[in-house]
Amino acid sequence: MKSVINALKSRETLLALAIFLLVLLVSSRYPAFSSVESLSGIFNDTSILMILTLGQMLVILTKCIDLSVAANLALTGMVVAMINNIAPGIPVIVLLLFAILLGALLGAINGYLVWKLDIPPIVVTLGTMTIFRGLIFVISDGKWINAHEMSASFTAFPRYEILGLPMLSWIAILVILLFIPLVNRTALGRAFFAVGCNPMAAVYTGINIGRTRFMTFVISGALAGLAGYLWVSRYAVAYVDIAGGFELDVVAACVIGGISIAGGVGSIGGAILGALFLGVIKNALPVVDISPFWQLAISGSAIILAVALNTLSAQQKGRVILKTAGQGA
Amino acid sequence: MSILKKTLVKRLLLTTAVSAALMMNAAQAENKRIALVVKGLGIGFFEAAVKGAEEAAKEIGDVEIIYTGPTDTTAEGQIEVINSLIAQKVDAIAISANDKDAVVPALKKAMKRGITVISWDSGVAIEGRQFHLNPSSNPLIGNMIIKLAADDLPEGGDVAILSAGATSTNQNTWIAEMNKVKDHYPNINIVSTVYGDDLSDKSYREAQGLMKSHPNLKAIISPTSVGIVAAAQAVTDAGKVGEINVTGLGLPSEMAGHIASGASKSFAIWNPIDLGYAATTIAYNLATGATAEAGGSIAMGRMGEVEVNDDLEGAMADPFIYNSSNIDDFKYIF
Repeated sequence: MKSVINALKSRETLLALAIFLLVLLVSSRYPAFSSVESLSGIFNDTSILMILTLGQMLVILTKCIDLSVAANLALTGMVVAMINNIAPGIPVIVLLLFAILLGALLGAINGYLVWKLDIPPIVVTLGTMTIFRGLIFVISDGKWINAHEMSASFTAFPRYEILGLPMLSWIAILVILLFIPLVNRTALGRAFFAVGCNPMAAVYTGINIGRTRFMTFVISGALAGLAGYLWVSRYAVAYVDIAGGFELDVVAACVIGGISIAGGVGSIGGAILGALFLGVIKNALPVVDISPFWQLAISGSAIILAVALNTLSAQQKGRVILKTAGQGA
Repeated sequence: MSILKKTLVKRLLLTTAVSAALMMNAAQAENKRIALVVKGLGIGFFEAAVKGAEEAAKEIGDVEIIYTGPTDTTAEGQIEVINSLIAQKVDAIAISANDKDAVVPALKKAMKRGITVISWDSGVAIEGRQFHLNPSSNPLIGNMIIKLAADDLPEGGDVAILSAGATSTNQNTWIAEMNKVKDHYPNINIVSTVYGDDLSDKSYREAQGLMKSHPNLKAIISPTSVGIVAAAQAVTDAGKVGEINVTGLGLPSEMAGHIASGASKSFAIWNPIDLGYAATTIAYNLATGATAEAGGSIAMGRMGEVEVNDDLEGAMADPFIYNSSNIDDFKYIF
């Protein structure tokens, strides 16, 4: 047991070290990069990616994948922006809750199709990804919702600062804090690992695999909905293509964070570090003055390097998650 | 019985009235009938272009504008519209095409029947029209984007460019054209060109990066509608409104908020009203004797003259500048 924990620790330590080295490297070219202000800016910029990565982590843990997160984000964002445009009086907190609910509903569609119709998740979510994007076009008629069509409080919310950190960062922190007990302390949380690690054994312990997967899609969808509002208000614009291709960033963050695509292996810390690693690269590239073509090659190599480090550190493949048989049931 | 009779009589009367009206129309047919065929009905940009066309019609006098187009933006829909215009024997067709090749056969048929055909905004292949009117040209756009930055910086300073993709053809052409004329603006020091890939988040991050790595930055030029909005938001969030001016090419509806906040003092894009006006006057002139030949020019009323190049195309004018004085007139149009 101890060795397992150690392996885990080293996996995350290695990634944290890689991030630290990356920050040092960039700072050698651009010193202000490692200032507290700049680092908190990177955290803030990565908040949305972290939120989505946590949701995706649960889905991947159960051997599934959710490619519709970015489209879900864009659709929810557009709906919320349109509501705000028509009825600016509705308080932001109501819109925020609505976005989470709508996102969860969209996620539930994925979950239901995977659970009840037993369609492979990659097919389901590829389908809903296109459907959601199409729906945005249908409801918006291809038009943009622009900064001046949003209410002041709508765009101000994620920028509102508490103790020097913007609300956007606080929301990411809140999601992380909610995830820790969910994943580590609840039966459902342990079921995610059980389903991905050994589905057969999970069934024998009384876990409903379909329902567990359904739950991961609902949670991932709810977080995508939350991110939808945050995205639209942060960039003060909503249109069909927002966050285009962002689902790949989310999956990449998971992979970098050591979450096994085969399911059953992963941790909250890994997911957060994976997202932060990508966030640091994304924020570093604009300040180190290099050709855009090299930038693509560099970010690709950095991802492969991070994954290689992970694989090296994860010498022990497969581990027993359920400490006692009774816990998962 | 009597009811039936009444309706019959009514219907007869109505038919006579309609045919009488049609005949009267035919009698007045000295009017040149110019059809403005747009990509789709109900699009703000084209509604504005029609305003310009009506203005031209009023100015010329003997012109009747037929504003038409499909309800969806398809080439099939436009072909149907063109065929019905041929049947109506209009004098000229000015089209913004949904597909540059698909509409060619129908337009060829129109030209065979003696109808003047020009394209505007979105062009038709050369064999399907007599002339194509571009809203502007690459050199004019390249000059405009640096001029916009220079106009707000009388004392000069550092300026950076936020483009779309590093391989995006039109962006690169405009930037290359801008670089050709940058010596005319000696105070403007172009420090960097970055690429936001037309993604809001990447453009926003690149704009943040520009502000970090160039502390003396005075303006960001973004010749892309996604980039200019993202850069304006990034400047606002960094609290640098008034210090850094965001300019380039954008749409009034998308930029209205950032003009109001002061993050952008001005930006440019074509003026649809001028475009509709110019297309109409050119169509009228070609229908009444003028010819479009390479090296020549065609008059377009208050817009001056357009020069015809070897591909029988011409550029209307500099992009139109939008700022706080006129943004409200245009922000609901497109």
